[in-house]
Amino acid sequence: MTTDSVSIPNSWQRFRAALSRFWQPYKTVPLLGWLLAALVAVGLEQFVGLPLAWVLGMSKIPALFGLVVALDNPILFPSALLFMILIYFLPMGIVARFTKPLMNKIAARLMEFPLVLTAVVHLGLMYAVLHIWGEISDYRILVARLAMIAIILTLSLNVVNGYMGEFSCSHPGFMALGAYVASTFTLVFFVTENKFGEALLPPALGPFLFPIGLILGGLVAALGALLVAVPSFRTRGDYLAIISLAFMFIVKSLFENMEIVGGARGISNQPNYASLPVVFVWTVLSIWIINNFVRSTMGKALNAVRDGELAANAMTVDTRKTKMVAFLFAAFWAGVAGGLFAHVLRYINPDSFGIRKLAEVLAMVYFGGLNSVTGSIVGAVGLSLISEALRPLDIFKWIIIPIMLILIMIFRPTGLVAFTEFNVEKLFRPKDREMEGGESVIA
Amino acid sequence: MSLLEVHDMTHYFGGLRAVYNYSLSITPGQIRGLIGPNGAGKTTIFNLITGVYHPTEGRILLEGEEITALEPNQIADRGLGRTFQNLMLWRYLSVLDHVKMARYSKLTYGLMGAFFGTRKRVEQEKATDKLAMELLDLVGVAHLADQIVTNLPYGAQRRVELARALATEPKVLFLDEPTAGMNPEELIQMMDIIRQVHREIGMAIFLIEHRMKVVMELCEIIQTLNFGEVIAEGTPEEIRNDPKVIEAYLGKEVEY
Repeated sequence: MTTDSVSIPNSWQRFRAALSRFWQPYKTVPLLGWLLAALVAVGLEQFVGLPLAWVLGMSKIPALFGLVVALDNPILFPSALLFMILIYFLPMGIVARFTKPLMNKIAARLMEFPLVLTAVVHLGLMYAVLHIWGEISDYRILVARLAMIAIILTLSLNVVNGYMGEFSCSHPGFMALGAYVASTFTLVFFVTENKFGEALLPPALGPFLFPIGLILGGLVAALGALLVAVPSFRTRGDYLAIISLAFMFIVKSLFENMEIVGGARGISNQPNYASLPVVFVWTVLSIWIINNFVRSTMGKALNAVRDGELAANAMTVDTRKTKMVAFLFAAFWAGVAGGLFAHVLRYINPDSFGIRKLAEVLAMVYFGGLNSVTGSIVGAVGLSLISEALRPLDIFKWIIIPIMLILIMIFRPTGLVAFTEFNVEKLFRPKDREMEGGESVIA
Repeated sequence: MSLLEVHDMTHYFGGLRAVYNYSLSITPGQIRGLIGPNGAGKTTIFNLITGVYHPTEGRILLEGEEITALEPNQIADRGLGRTFQNLMLWRYLSVLDHVKMARYSKLTYGLMGAFFGTRKRVEQEKATDKLAMELLDLVGVAHLADQIVTNLPYGAQRRVELARALATEPKVLFLDEPTAGMNPEELIQMMDIIRQVHREIGMAIFLIEHRMKVVMELCEIIQTLNFGEVIAEGTPEEIRNDPKVIEAYLGKEVEY
């Protein structure tokens, strides 16, 4: 009995030690190295993926890293795992390890240029990886786009629920406003065959003017946010949660009763403007702007308001303005995300923006981590993938995801990666220098 | 001319008269004290002057301008900085961010700067960093700048709060029991810091204190408050010997 209880942590410790020994050489791989490795992996999948899948007994390449296969067709799971190892883990490990010195050198050189250029190089590589990965199937592209929209949504909700510490439930409402406004915009101006009549502008202009529709949608959502903010920010407490929940239902039933936008049937036939690069650019833009905001002293004023409004006020912080701005700002991005969402699915109805959407976004925020940009990205992507993986379980998905959330709440009450700062510069930095000292000590 | 004037300020909480006919006049560079038994209304007076509550009656003037009806952030921006009796620090912010936050109203880069990281923002944030580090250095906690404030020992937290109040560039600094809960050693250090800050920046200081040692040594003029009313005002020597003050603190002598 006693030996057991001693030996279990020991073997666990041994396992952890082995894992960290294994991981040691990879710690010094810069982001650039990982991106290159991923590029090689997706390229490899492009060329030898299908034959390999056949050899392993699968009819096609596992779409989402074998996640869907795991439950859909468990008998194929070992081959999906083997596929993952042969196509992703092994090549990525090898490439990351052997290009490490070169990549660190390049990363160091890149640091001498302005940050924008470094960012463009990294983002370009990142997009290339995503693009080639998406070449395999349309399903992947759809999942990737929805995951990126989820990132925008989660991040914007995190500004209110995490950084500002209020509890807002109206995000689906803002999303609906953005989605309907952007859809109406593109349908009126660029699409002929619908109830809005002839296209007012040549459809060729559509993709270029699409951002205007999105921004318009965002602004209308911000206007809606103003309606919520004015009464609910007079006091602190649960008022915002209640008023914003009411707002969500009001917006939903508003669109259900507006025949001009299709009522409960919704609108469809939106042009296919929200392609992978478009969504990617908007996601990057939103991460960049939101991260800029929350790292500025003006953005940190939100934390001050959350952790002690009286003190914030006494330190010259205009708490009312701060809360208003943040709430409207978050609503704007929710609106933009809604616009993109409408043009990805190309069909929306009021039901898409109900309580289930709310649960989804809230889950992503609390799963990923409050007060953290990284957390929002982790939460949005993680839950999107998990929810795709659990799709074969139908309704049981909505039992498993809440249970996971409860477990997270018990073991990490603020989420997986909470209360961290997302420092872009640090992310791009070469990793060998800071690690050298540590390595020599171990050796 | 006096820097801060309060005329006949009265405040009611519902039917309870918390402050009655309170008047004050602080000249630039003066150190003033406010003492009184528990519940006398000292902190209420601080809250009234700094705008947390608005007085039922009376006027508050800073450099001849009326500030009675302004919001706390506006009053703080005009030059009334304060600390709190039970530390009001922000749970998840670093020490440096605490001090930078107090520069909020002095940052002019606006929302565009916050969203897009303009050059103006980078410059202003850098200048604010520098200023904040200087202030942290002044109160002796510069080496803790990157720490999350809740990880700090109590004495250091008090210092951070002082640095934060200084960052608002106060003309009058309100200290609400700056040595509350400190051990004798920390108390001496805190008094030294207050003296040093006063010497280097030269603002007026208005402080609430329970420890007679602190008030008697630091203050030029002391007001004594009991049940919301000033019962004595004068130099430390006068206050020490005032029978009304002794009565308020120790009670009346009863003849048997």
